[in-house]
Amino acid sequence: MFHSSAKQTAGLRRARGIMVNIGRFAVMLATTYLGLLAVTFFIGRVVPIDPVLAIVGDRAPASVVERVREEMGFNLPLWRQFVLYLQQALTGDFGTSVLTTNPVLEDIIRVFPATLELATVGTLIGAGLGVPLGVIAAVRRGSIADQIVRIVGLIGYSVPIFWLGLLSLLLFYAKLKWVAYPGRLDIAYEYTFTPITGLFLIDAAWTRQWDVLWDAFRHIILPGALLGYFSLAYISRMTRSFMLNELGQEYIVAARAKGLSERRIVWFHALRNAAVPLVTVIALSYAGLLEGSVLTETVFSWPGIGLYITNSLQNADMNAVLGGTIVIGSVFITINMLSDLLYRLLDPRTRAR
Amino acid sequence: MTDPSSPAPSTASNESWREWLLTAEPHSRNQARLGRAYVTWRRFSENRLAVTGLLIIVALVLVAIFADLLAPHSATVGDLAGARLLPPGSPGFLLGTDDQGRDILSRLLVGSRITLAVVALVAIIAAPVGLLIGTVSGFAGGYVDAVLMRVTDIFLAFPKLILALAFVAALGPGIENAVIAIALTSWPPYARLARAETLGVRNSDYIAAVHLMGASPARIVIRHIMPMCLSSLIVRVTLDMAGIILTAAGLGFLGLGAQPPLPEWGTMIASGRRFILDQWWVATMPGIAILIVSLGFNLLGDGLRDALDPRGAGR
Repeated sequence: MFHSSAKQTAGLRRARGIMVNIGRFAVMLATTYLGLLAVTFFIGRVVPIDPVLAIVGDRAPASVVERVREEMGFNLPLWRQFVLYLQQALTGDFGTSVLTTNPVLEDIIRVFPATLELATVGTLIGAGLGVPLGVIAAVRRGSIADQIVRIVGLIGYSVPIFWLGLLSLLLFYAKLKWVAYPGRLDIAYEYTFTPITGLFLIDAAWTRQWDVLWDAFRHIILPGALLGYFSLAYISRMTRSFMLNELGQEYIVAARAKGLSERRIVWFHALRNAAVPLVTVIALSYAGLLEGSVLTETVFSWPGIGLYITNSLQNADMNAVLGGTIVIGSVFITINMLSDLLYRLLDPRTRAR
Repeated sequence: MTDPSSPAPSTASNESWREWLLTAEPHSRNQARLGRAYVTWRRFSENRLAVTGLLIIVALVLVAIFADLLAPHSATVGDLAGARLLPPGSPGFLLGTDDQGRDILSRLLVGSRITLAVVALVAIIAAPVGLLIGTVSGFAGGYVDAVLMRVTDIFLAFPKLILALAFVAALGPGIENAVIAIALTSWPPYARLARAETLGVRNSDYIAAVHLMGASPARIVIRHIMPMCLSSLIVRVTLDMAGIILTAAGLGFLGLGAQPPLPEWGTMIASGRRFILDQWWVATMPGIAILIVSLGFNLLGDGLRDALDPRGAGR
């Protein structure tokens, strides 16, 4: 009787702890979004291009300029403009793109799957190689293998991604002809293939068009591998650090004393305990790839949100630039915060507050 | 160099110098400082990669200073008729020429000034801002702390490159605006770091002693807390410099950083992109320069961290 009630209060306390965590999380998420929107609002207001003149043209009579200014709300005090801006942004209204004449949100929804697909392939490659490399480097600390992993990581931190992209295109496409040219599909497929989700690899496999799948793979593998290399640099370094931490703990000594094989100790016991912070790191690198795709997409003519933003930049299309910034920023913030929350929920040590 | 009150080494032999530097009972503050610097240097110079990084950065600074003397040709005016797109190794043009007939080596040498200036300016703007916000936040505590750290976290959660892009798009392309944009997005980690260091020392006895002697909060923060944050801040800034260089080069590549004909390395890669298939060297050479310099900063930063903070050594 006594035992079960003690258990119950412990469970209640834990539930309350989780609720407090989620509440704090909601407040943080809301203020961060508000901050992001405040910054983009500010950027939109300091633009030297007058948004009214951009619409009516510089030959419009003063009365027309004044009327449009009022219609667009630019005569209101700044805080009212900001409230208006918040309302529009929250309903997904980022204005119309000057370049494509579509609503910005519509454009972004169309191009976003391309970026998502690329970043996902990059993260899969980065985590798939980075975690084992980091574990090996930690286990054989100071060995040649450790040094190699370290150098590979350091170069990943130091190399300009757009430059490496250009060189790899030169080598693997122009010289060796191993991969396809920049873009998502060959021109022959581009008009016959109708995407469902927008993730071409999945769409092609789902509809059993194996030739399209192969073609999409040949297009995505090079930019995906490049992004993968960058997340590998980060993930392997962090894995090594977490594993070194775990391998120095007492439970490892206990497991050795029990006579477990070294392989089992490393890959089951130590890695399992390093897994919680690792999830956070992989999520962060995923968010980083979504952002870092701007330069990669430009080099590989990958029709994702990064290319959309840079094209809009070159045409002074501020609605599209700021809309893209808000969308990437929101996804980035959400992944960031979710991984943080996940970390708190999964790791019992962070609960003791 | 030495304090007159301290027993200066009688012989100039290395052994007595070392003893004087490593003594457990320094006779003056300067002796203690020199001794600590010596120990740090010993630890730092054991690390071959770190010394390599230091050499790269020293070379970068020297090249930037003497670029005019070192450059064999003009960095902005080329020979369109006689020296267009020459391959590396051509007589007089060690790394070849670009589409305007300009010597790539000369452009790289002069461009090192831009790279160094960007890095230095961002560090000079962002690091003090972060230091001030972090120390004030950590020392004041309460509401001030909560508000400042929330703002910091908001900025920390932003995607840096995209935000810098949007800033530059609004302010207009150019090297000054690129610097402002990068600085605006890179101060939050410094604030976090400075706050953590401040929390570590704010309840220590020496702060209480200074407080009892009547020092104002501003004096305590500036004279007694900020110096404690400096070493970890310097390490962090050095490690970030590679990222700053890459961001600046990325902005240049997108046409938002330094404008032609300025020999900024990222801009040079962008202009070499059109010739990548046949004249590969135009885009390749500036990339190698960026890689070497940011590798240098990364190696130096790693080495400094290991030397200044033995706890994290080898991580």
